[in-house]
Amino acid sequence: MVMATELVSLTVDLHIHSALSPCADNEMTPRAIAARARQMGTDMIAVCDHNASGNAAACHAAGQATGLAVIPGMEVQTREEVHLLCLFPSLAALAAWQAVVDRALPPLDNQPQHFGRQLLFDDHDRPLGEERRLLLTSTALTVEDVFAGVTRLAGLCVPAHIDRPSYSLLGTLGLIPPGLAVPAVEISRRADPAAVRERFPDTRGLPFLTASDAHWLSQIAPARTRLVARAPTFDELRQALAGADNRRVVIDD
Amino acid sequence: MNLRDVVAELGLAVLTGEAGLDREATGGYCSDLLSDVMAHARPGDVWITLQTHPNVVAVASLTNVAAVVASGGQRPEAASLARAANEGVVILASDQPSFELAGRLHALLAAGQQAR
Repeated sequence: MVMATELVSLTVDLHIHSALSPCADNEMTPRAIAARARQMGTDMIAVCDHNASGNAAACHAAGQATGLAVIPGMEVQTREEVHLLCLFPSLAALAAWQAVVDRALPPLDNQPQHFGRQLLFDDHDRPLGEERRLLLTSTALTVEDVFAGVTRLAGLCVPAHIDRPSYSLLGTLGLIPPGLAVPAVEISRRADPAAVRERFPDTRGLPFLTASDAHWLSQIAPARTRLVARAPTFDELRQALAGADNRRVVIDD
Repeated sequence: MNLRDVVAELGLAVLTGEAGLDREATGGYCSDLLSDVMAHARPGDVWITLQTHPNVVAVASLTNVAAVVASGGQRPEAASLARAANEGVVILASDQPSFELAGRLHALLAAGQQAR
């Protein structure tokens, strides 16, 4: 029997879009995502839709049904056009965060013919309707607002795909704002961590994560990032990013 | 042409760096991606942007641009203005959109060149 205190190596993919994101394929349903991730051998995922979390509970339940850990998450777009992954310890914390984001979204409707549909599902992939508000846009929240709000709810705020020229903390704001307590940064799925560190000296000392940023099922591939921790949970992830008791996050070549 | 003349000609508001208005404006740059500004803005440029984050001030210092113009009615955040005042960075503002400001600034600088 495995001791509960033993560290294990777990594959993680913490940035996957569901069909709620207008830019994601309509086949990105909770069960389909969970099944594909399991098939790829992934132990833990986060479903992070743009400024929205309407499929979070269904994805969590679908994960449970397939033996996959699903962390509640969201990809927020700040007023500066920076994308930040917001990960939470519970669905309740994510719901509290959604209320903040709801107040910061502009009062505009989605234009499905231009941006795509924003589909909601239950945990058996039954359609529940569509999100009408425009999700693919900036909230009124600054980078600092998002970090403060997510931290207050005991979540983790991870700047997304920082090596990309747009919608990224370093592309849009040039450097990591002083005073921002960044727990980790996400780099593009095929990026070479050493090359990214050399290009962006600001990232010195920060843990890196890669994720699929999948918008189609076929983009959910075997995860490159491993969580070396006791279990596939949010709390273990948090501790691994802090390097607690030899826990860590590793990117494979 | 110095900044004081640019401010007068374009009808800009001076938010910080009053003491720096005698500096010569030698060119202009227009971008909202700060990484791009870091790579391409030249010292002496007047940088037109919609961004209001405090990093604007850091990038303005780093690139040694002559001034930042917040366009389209945007106003830099309080933290940005405090930092700019502290570092002597000139922050200007206008309700005109970036396109309009860039066009007028370009014409102004070109006319200044010809007058020499």
